[in-house]
Amino acid sequence: MKRLLPLFAGLVLLLSACGREDLSALRPQGPVAQGQFDLMKLSIAIMIVVLLIVFGIAAYVWVRFRRRPGQTDIPEQVEGNFKLEVLWTVIPLVLVLILGVATVQKVFSYGENYWNDKNAVKVKVTSHQFWWEFNYPDYGVTTAQDLVIPTGKKIAFQLKTADVLHSFWVPSLAGKTDTNPEGAINNAWFTADKEGVYLGKCAELCGQSHGLMEFKVKAVSQASFDSWVKAMKEPVAMPEDKATAEVFKNQCLTCHAIGSEGGPSAPNLTGIGGRESVASILINGTDGTAKENLKTWLEDPQAVKPGNKMPNPKKDLKLTDEQIDAIADYLANSKLKTQ
Amino acid sequence: MAHAHSVKRHTGLMDWLTTVDHKKIGILYLIAGALFFGIGGIEALMIRWQLIKPMNDFVSAQTFNELITMHGTTMIFLGVMPLIFALMNAVVPLQIGARDVAFPFLNSLGFWTFLFGGILLNISWMMGGAPDAGWTAYTPLSTTAYSGTHGVDFYTVGLQIAGLGTLIGGINFLATVITMRAPGMTFMRMPMFTWTAFITSAIILFAFPAITVGLVLLSFDRILGANFFEVSNGGNPVLWQHIFWIFGHPEVYILILPAFGVISDVIPTFARKRLFGYSSMVFATILIAFLGFMVWAHHMFTTGMGPVANALFSISTMLIAVPTGIKIFNWLFTLWGGQIRFTSANLYASGFIPTFVMGGVTGVMLASAPADYQFHDTYFVVAHFHYVIVGGLVLGLFSGLHYWWPKMFGRVLDEKLGKIGFWFFIIGFHLTFFVQHFLGLMGMQRRIFTYLPGQGFDTLNLVSTVGALMMGVGVLVFLLNVVVTTRRPADAPNDPWEDGRTLEWSIPSPPPEYNFKQTPLVRGLDAYWKEKMAGHTEMTPAEPVGPIHMPSASILPFVMSVGIFVAGLGFMYHQYLVVGLGLIVTFVCMAIRSLYDDHGWHIDPEETTEKGVKA
Repeated sequence: MKRLLPLFAGLVLLLSACGREDLSALRPQGPVAQGQFDLMKLSIAIMIVVLLIVFGIAAYVWVRFRRRPGQTDIPEQVEGNFKLEVLWTVIPLVLVLILGVATVQKVFSYGENYWNDKNAVKVKVTSHQFWWEFNYPDYGVTTAQDLVIPTGKKIAFQLKTADVLHSFWVPSLAGKTDTNPEGAINNAWFTADKEGVYLGKCAELCGQSHGLMEFKVKAVSQASFDSWVKAMKEPVAMPEDKATAEVFKNQCLTCHAIGSEGGPSAPNLTGIGGRESVASILINGTDGTAKENLKTWLEDPQAVKPGNKMPNPKKDLKLTDEQIDAIADYLANSKLKTQ
Repeated sequence: MAHAHSVKRHTGLMDWLTTVDHKKIGILYLIAGALFFGIGGIEALMIRWQLIKPMNDFVSAQTFNELITMHGTTMIFLGVMPLIFALMNAVVPLQIGARDVAFPFLNSLGFWTFLFGGILLNISWMMGGAPDAGWTAYTPLSTTAYSGTHGVDFYTVGLQIAGLGTLIGGINFLATVITMRAPGMTFMRMPMFTWTAFITSAIILFAFPAITVGLVLLSFDRILGANFFEVSNGGNPVLWQHIFWIFGHPEVYILILPAFGVISDVIPTFARKRLFGYSSMVFATILIAFLGFMVWAHHMFTTGMGPVANALFSISTMLIAVPTGIKIFNWLFTLWGGQIRFTSANLYASGFIPTFVMGGVTGVMLASAPADYQFHDTYFVVAHFHYVIVGGLVLGLFSGLHYWWPKMFGRVLDEKLGKIGFWFFIIGFHLTFFVQHFLGLMGMQRRIFTYLPGQGFDTLNLVSTVGALMMGVGVLVFLLNVVVTTRRPADAPNDPWEDGRTLEWSIPSPPPEYNFKQTPLVRGLDAYWKEKMAGHTEMTPAEPVGPIHMPSASILPFVMSVGIFVAGLGFMYHQYLVVGLGLIVTFVCMAIRSLYDDHGWHIDPEETTEKGVKA
């Protein structure tokens, strides 16, 4: 066993070098993901012992007991061996028990419900084909795609879906929780230790753009979080150009909301110009500026996210190129006034 | 004894459509299973080709979802299960010294309903789109509100019809093993493959009714507008998950147990040693089947069942590792002290052991619910179940096919091609699926039609696709082997491996249609080996030579299945006249079968030659 320790150490090092810091379950950034990673390491260690024993015996018998040319004698027909059979029943049982105890312990600690904890930040998550809605009931704030949280605090979630099943997953912060329809609402929680942007994904097949249904978790300091909440509640200016404002109100705000205006059935647009991405997969700064990405999206939403529910601005809503450009320009510059 | 020589003997195609001979039905299952396995394999290659690089547009998102749904459904229900039934039909009656299965007519009916169910499911590609909600068909995604084509209707109705065939087959093998064993063949003298076929049939008997109920509810929701899974009308989508997995998890053991049986027969033959710990093997098989029914909710740890349920299902799942471990060590210690020959069949069996253990240990890892919150629905799970189903079952099937091919067709498969195929397949397999463990842990969820670049997924996905292509080559080499072998003379001796231990090796390859001229007397485990060790060249008969009673061939099972097929198709499109028509065809066939007594016919002793009567 002592000889195996450096092997395990090396393996853990190898595992933790796997994947992006903001995305990989092997590089945990909060206590929940850390605990889950610890459990993985324990189970992997046990399993590697099992594999080494089986592979070792197999390799030995394959080499040692090959049939040699000219061998005509009949091998001894062994019926079994009581002691050996008890041995390989008891040892797996013990290994399973070790893992079982650790499992039960963690099942209950992550199953805790912090929804009524006064110190927790509450977030109602509603999943839609193919976007995420985040509502902060204590602050009266609703946003989409970018989940902003303060570091070091317990974030208590209440999760449900507006259509089909989805699953809420931020690998570097915590494992996943399914979002079910009304009547089977789930609770979950996690904490981010460090400031940063973490990648979240939908993990339950939910239709064509299941693979593109991403979101971001922005962990910021308590002070920045407070100023974000404040900024989210400030009134948002409509487009300066009267005609654009008219189109925006009549065509976009029937489903979308911005500031205090508009409806709830499509992603909230408040502060969209300052978000990490457009439609969660056109990364601002990488795939183009916010305005370019917004235009790509508005030109043909189906080309970006097949199967999404947004009407085509050109074909269905009869918007002209100029109107699309004006709206993209307005949205790209619609940013929150945070410090 | 009545001479019923007026029996009509069919030839050519008609012979295959009407046959009730378990050996021919085994070959039919083999051909149909191979066909669907090929279709599922092409779907798999298309999936891998789409994922070879980020943001690939080889297929559309919709097509991709149809591909993954059909790949899973086809492989499980129409690919590997029929291949299991092919081996069971070809081998089980021979291993217990029987002349056929208990209900030869039902055997034929089971095959044809399976085939027509499978065809119904697959014509969806040409009739407006295949099912697209995953092989698990989770509601509400699989309801008409979110899956508007008839795809999922093909899934519910097609699987219902194919499932009927499976259920019939399972009941038939239960009855066969219970009632048709030769004198002296006690339960604890049965070969392990027969044992696992028996236990698998018992699991089918208890698990398939669950999916039958589930599919009825879902098709009623979709076709008749019922509300079983519709929240706004009091239904519950989580209910579907429970029903599906109450069937779905035992299904895993329906698949893997026969592979355990194959390995338990192949390893003793090529190690020239009796199976180590036979009775603990039997006990472990039964225990796995029993535990297999108490673990279904481990597929639903993230559904929100609460910590108590999650903890219980974690523990019950982990316990399955114990009987499975017993099996692994029993195989290893069968090899210990033996004289191992690495034929193609034994190579596949040898590849099976480490590969299946790798799938097994990731299974225990997945059983730990809090860790599963991270593993669930990622490529880690994809890797795990392919290690178990491909690395376990499919390697077992290839092993069994190489092993029993001479018994089924009278020709030994080419050893050289067999080994080349094996190495392509197993290296390709590990390339494809080993890296997927890491993809999952690094954050790649399953069932995604594409992924953004820069997430660290690119290289591993490329490796995986290359591996899949190698597996494809391995399967093609096997097909080539079949073609090459079929052109050779059918000259395999009774016991081509020379160390055959069980009854099937005591009769000609392929056996005459009545299998045993005289029912053999079984004196112990490994009945044929026991006789050989006692210096005998054949089994001691348990009865004098006499006329052999045979079941009559019948076209009715085929026609009944066509009727069900037509009715199912009509039901999907609300054509109730067509439904009635199809059902009338089926019911008339049932009436004919019930009203006319068919006593079968007899083969006279003078007609039985060493190689059997010419059909």
